[in-house]
Amino acid sequence: MLFSTPHRVHPPSRVVITGAGIITALGQGREANARGFRDGRLAFRPVSLFDVSRQRVKTAAEVDLPPALTGTRLAPRELGRLDRAAKMLILAAGEAWSQSGWEPSENLPVVLGTTSGGMSLGEAFYRQAIQKPASQRGQPTRVQQYQPQRQALNLEEAFGFSGPITIIANACASGANAIGHAWELVRRGHAERVLTGGYEALTQLIFSGFDSLQALSPTQCRPFDAQRDGLALGEGAAVLALETIESARRRGADILGEIVGYGAATDAHHLTQPHPEGQAALAAMRAACETAQLRPEQIDYVNAHGTGTALNDSAEAMAINRWAGSRAPTLPVSSTKSSIGHLLGAAGAVEAVVCLMALCQQWLPPTSTLRTPEPLCSFRLVDKAQEAKLEYALTNSFGFGGANATLILRRWA
Amino acid sequence: MSGIFVQGYGAVSPAGWGVAPLREALTRGEPVGTKELSRPGWSSPLRVRAVPPPDPRPAFINHARMRRASPIAHFAVGAALEALGAESGKVSAGALRLGVVFCSLSGCVNYSRRFYDETLSDPSTASPLVFPETVFNAPASHLAALLGTTAINYTLVGDPGTLLQGLALAAEWLVSERVDRCLVIGAEELDWLISDALRLFHRTGVVSEGAGAVCLGPEPAPGHSIRLHGITQPYIFSKRQPRAQAALRARAELGMNGSDSLLCDGIQGVAGLDRDEAAAWRDWAGRRVSPKTVCGEGFMAAAAWQCVAAIDELARGTCATADISVVGCNEQAIAAQFVRSNNGSDTPVGSL
Repeated sequence: MLFSTPHRVHPPSRVVITGAGIITALGQGREANARGFRDGRLAFRPVSLFDVSRQRVKTAAEVDLPPALTGTRLAPRELGRLDRAAKMLILAAGEAWSQSGWEPSENLPVVLGTTSGGMSLGEAFYRQAIQKPASQRGQPTRVQQYQPQRQALNLEEAFGFSGPITIIANACASGANAIGHAWELVRRGHAERVLTGGYEALTQLIFSGFDSLQALSPTQCRPFDAQRDGLALGEGAAVLALETIESARRRGADILGEIVGYGAATDAHHLTQPHPEGQAALAAMRAACETAQLRPEQIDYVNAHGTGTALNDSAEAMAINRWAGSRAPTLPVSSTKSSIGHLLGAAGAVEAVVCLMALCQQWLPPTSTLRTPEPLCSFRLVDKAQEAKLEYALTNSFGFGGANATLILRRWA
Repeated sequence: MSGIFVQGYGAVSPAGWGVAPLREALTRGEPVGTKELSRPGWSSPLRVRAVPPPDPRPAFINHARMRRASPIAHFAVGAALEALGAESGKVSAGALRLGVVFCSLSGCVNYSRRFYDETLSDPSTASPLVFPETVFNAPASHLAALLGTTAINYTLVGDPGTLLQGLALAAEWLVSERVDRCLVIGAEELDWLISDALRLFHRTGVVSEGAGAVCLGPEPAPGHSIRLHGITQPYIFSKRQPRAQAALRARAELGMNGSDSLLCDGIQGVAGLDRDEAAAWRDWAGRRVSPKTVCGEGFMAAAAWQCVAAIDELARGTCATADISVVGCNEQAIAAQFVRSNNGSDTPVGSL
């Protein structure tokens, strides 16, 4: 029963992470990504996936996919139908799944965030649909596979489980909203375990869209830099296996970390621009702290949304300044988009895994491209990876349409 | 909290703008007329059921956010404002925290197609005004801006069963006192791409457009007392659980009906799409309403019309309970039950 009357209210459970997977342009898996961030690598290169010859900007952070997907229950024919987005999702989920030690079951919810699902197949459908003479060859498969629920169904088939699917499409906050929603499902007793995350592949439509808005940096993505001139796009996926602490302990599972707070708010200021003072960002951070019962002084690291656009970074800086108050001057903040680009619907999930890696290994991920800190920032910008003692990390995700979400993770000791 | 109650409901459909024209069309039971939609490269047009232009033109369309918005945003806002009624003022004044759950299968497909077409022609001239409107959550964002709500706002994507999941999500937000009211909206817009895609699978299907909205709250509405009694698990389609079996399980979880019950189903007169749902509900003895037979395949909007039709029948006192069955196109089968409540006592039926 998804909902019933009378509605049972469970005492909140602690929600722990027992599996985590990530794939970005820095590589596949937590180890490769941690190494890349620690080394301050920048993963941008000329776009090869589609024609950018007439675009203003011609680079992005493309993922190198392995030649074959192994370790899934998908038949070769099913594997052959997967697009880049589905492959990245399954690769990240595979890492989380194997680490969690979960077995296939019949009621395991999946909560995912994405902005465009299998858009590259939608683009291919359109290109073929307008060709003359008309051909329907392959079109039914493209229609089915481009839909986000199909990628979630493929994920379930790949690992042999089934359960309710929720796809949140809250623009660039989708991944954080998905993890936040999954956290609430477990915390409130609606599920003992949830597989959750976000995924996004680079597509021509979205690349062209951000280029048309002149939101892409023609030089280098430099979040919170005084001379920043735009964002850089990337692609990837991240997946977390969440469960109650009781379930994890019963199974004797390795616990990687804990999610302790989630906040969401809506910015009604403009479809694509944040409120100049970051009102909704502030509300989301405060709400996350409230659910976590934490004060800003207790947060040891903030992984900012930090896209590198003039408007986002100034609004977020104002919000962090106000939220952190007297903690601001010593609060380490960075944007890892400087290394892997903006992963849109996957960004919140990927950055949650970055925070988890930082908490597990006790280091601060850097904004590798920072040269001249934006004067608005009252907080400490991290420009080089460094060892640090971290107990709590907070990550922000903001999106078109005013979707704002904040997650707080805790180290597992 | 004694339950989750319907505060209001609204609809925009090929029958017209508002619940009243939808009700009249469903009462007549005759399919709404189709219109031709041209498809590039084809000499014969596609047949679709489109929403007629509003008359009079709603004031909200003049709002700065709505002037460039796509039809799906207009439909969603039209249905949402009808569902909210006089309470929209309280939301704008900050007296009510309003959550929004916006659900769609295809989203803002008009602008997506147009923008991609511009990109293929010459990306350097692709319109920056169009691109932001292609994002799935643009309609929900416009609605939030129009109403001035800053509370939680999710856009859910999936097959039409997602709408009932959206109702469950709204109920959860209300139970946890995260919001005071929550709008659940299902909406779609027409485009030749969608019609062409459906035609690949079901040649006789007629695509339509519009929206439906239900506003939920934690206490009965002043004029009526309609309670959300329950929502089944979503039964996911898989190799191990084909669509027909999923439909049967949703039906079984909802339980048997009484004589004073109404079923609002998703039957539309297309054998390939109807077969599994018809089999699952074969033993239904009560009255049925099938909005898709009248308004066409509106995907998420159609699931919302089913809810609106069920609630409207309860509000008019023509039944004591109303069941809603949604057997989605490629993801899930799910069902829900609303009941009419009199002075706190009501008559839920079945095993929910």
